[in-house]
Amino acid sequence: MRREIPLAITFIVGVSYIIAYFIPREPFSNFENWFNDWYAIVASFAIWLGALNLMKMSSLKIIRGKADVFHSVLIIISFLLILGIGFYEGFRGINATPSFSFRDPGTGFDWLYVNIYTPLSATMFALLAFFVASASYRAFRARNFEATLLLLAGFFVMLGRVPVGDLVTGWLPPEYQLSQWANWIMNVLNTAGQRAIMIGIALGLVSTSLRIILGLERAYLGGD
Amino acid sequence: MKRTELIVYFLIVAFLLAAYFFFPKPLNFSAAVSIIIVIIMALAFILVFVRTIQGHFIGRRMVFVFVGVALLLPFFMQFKLPLQISPEVRSAYDALVNLPPGSRVLASYDYDPPSAPELQPMADAFIKYCFDHDLKVIIMGLWPQGPQQANLSIEAAFRENPPLRNNIKYGVDYVNLGFQSGNEFVILRMGESFKAMFPTDLYNTPYDSIPLLKNIRNYSNVDMSFNFSAGRPGAVEWVQVAVDRYGLRIASCNTAVQAPQVYPYLESGQLLGLLGGMSGAAEFEDLTGKAGKASTYILSQSFAHVVVILFIIIGNVAFFREKRTKVD
Repeated sequence: MRREIPLAITFIVGVSYIIAYFIPREPFSNFENWFNDWYAIVASFAIWLGALNLMKMSSLKIIRGKADVFHSVLIIISFLLILGIGFYEGFRGINATPSFSFRDPGTGFDWLYVNIYTPLSATMFALLAFFVASASYRAFRARNFEATLLLLAGFFVMLGRVPVGDLVTGWLPPEYQLSQWANWIMNVLNTAGQRAIMIGIALGLVSTSLRIILGLERAYLGGD
Repeated sequence: MKRTELIVYFLIVAFLLAAYFFFPKPLNFSAAVSIIIVIIMALAFILVFVRTIQGHFIGRRMVFVFVGVALLLPFFMQFKLPLQISPEVRSAYDALVNLPPGSRVLASYDYDPPSAPELQPMADAFIKYCFDHDLKVIIMGLWPQGPQQANLSIEAAFRENPPLRNNIKYGVDYVNLGFQSGNEFVILRMGESFKAMFPTDLYNTPYDSIPLLKNIRNYSNVDMSFNFSAGRPGAVEWVQVAVDRYGLRIASCNTAVQAPQVYPYLESGQLLGLLGGMSGAAEFEDLTGKAGKASTYILSQSFAHVVVILFIIIGNVAFFREKRTKVD
């Protein structure tokens, strides 16, 4: 039964969605609405599951005294701090008149979000710019025809997407300036490539989904 | 960590602290100083070029210094580069401009702080435009941090134009429905009922008691949508579900990384317009007539792109020179 029940649920839900898409009338639309609501509820629990799993893994690392103990301690402290302040502010906000959200400007949660979380996460993402520059200098070479095409496309788009591109080619008629070249690459070459990828993915998705709905693909159930 | 690295980090922190206390007002270089700095950078690049073709590649830390300087310097320079408005930004702006006052716009904030440098300026410009032109904004988020990013936009609009704080009423001119988990299933369910996915707003106010939402049941009751997207769920899911199935009119604001993925939807007419990356944000700010962060950041991005391109050219010149030497 451990395999049959999930297979039956998958089949019923999958078929309901397909029917509801082509016949958006009651009772099929009702089934679709129920399943959507259930999905939102299950997804909410999944967030908690993920958070608790992170706590479990970090706690285990501390108990076993592995190499990343410092990072694990930091994760647990940050998690509990944000959680505690969030709950405290939320409770305070509900009982206040007028009520406010724990995320409103001026709350402790908002202070942590704006002054710690935002700069730290933006910094992590910004580091990409530095690594891209270093990698481009050392490894981005026109070794063959394909690499040369990529390099040229990168050159035109990178320069054409910023105002300095048009400054450099300002002496040319507007339709030949770098921004127009970049637009053409994005609208024609990029779009054609993206469409090919999207159609391929869509066909793959349809066939995989059908295999899952019909119970032919069971890898998602896990091993026995 | 090496001792020298520790000393360098200490010096950087000391320099930043000194700069913070000694320059309380923003520091602006004159045009002459700006030109001198650009010339020094150009000379440094010539030096790097010569060293590289001699077979001495500079270390990655030195590359980082070049990029860092290129990103930082424009913040202290006073010149502005002319912007060419791209057709996709123009069409997004036109779609917004053509909405009559009182129109209801659904704004989905589907991003988090790492993408904020690109998307927040777009969101700020959008909110300012809506508040200035009496467009009613319904905010929601498919990413947990989205609604808070929206709050930052609203706060920025109020800070820039203080009278708005009294004139714009929550629940009447805008509402923040908060975050709902469920990715594209939330979009799908909203096609039938907004209330089913958002029974209360961010402040636990019941959906039915919010004046702005009185006659809004589903997508057919909103005039347009703006999506700020950094990945999944985002623009692609909104097009596939809300546009294709329910006919929602939507313009998309994406990070530069995600923008190429949504171009096909622009060409097919499923998207009304597209703001891609920092350039899209700067162009949008230019069109709305209110220069914001993107108008400054785009200068930094321009410099950084030029630096990366110069490094690519130098690296390739050295590569071909080495190849020719081997052949000889």
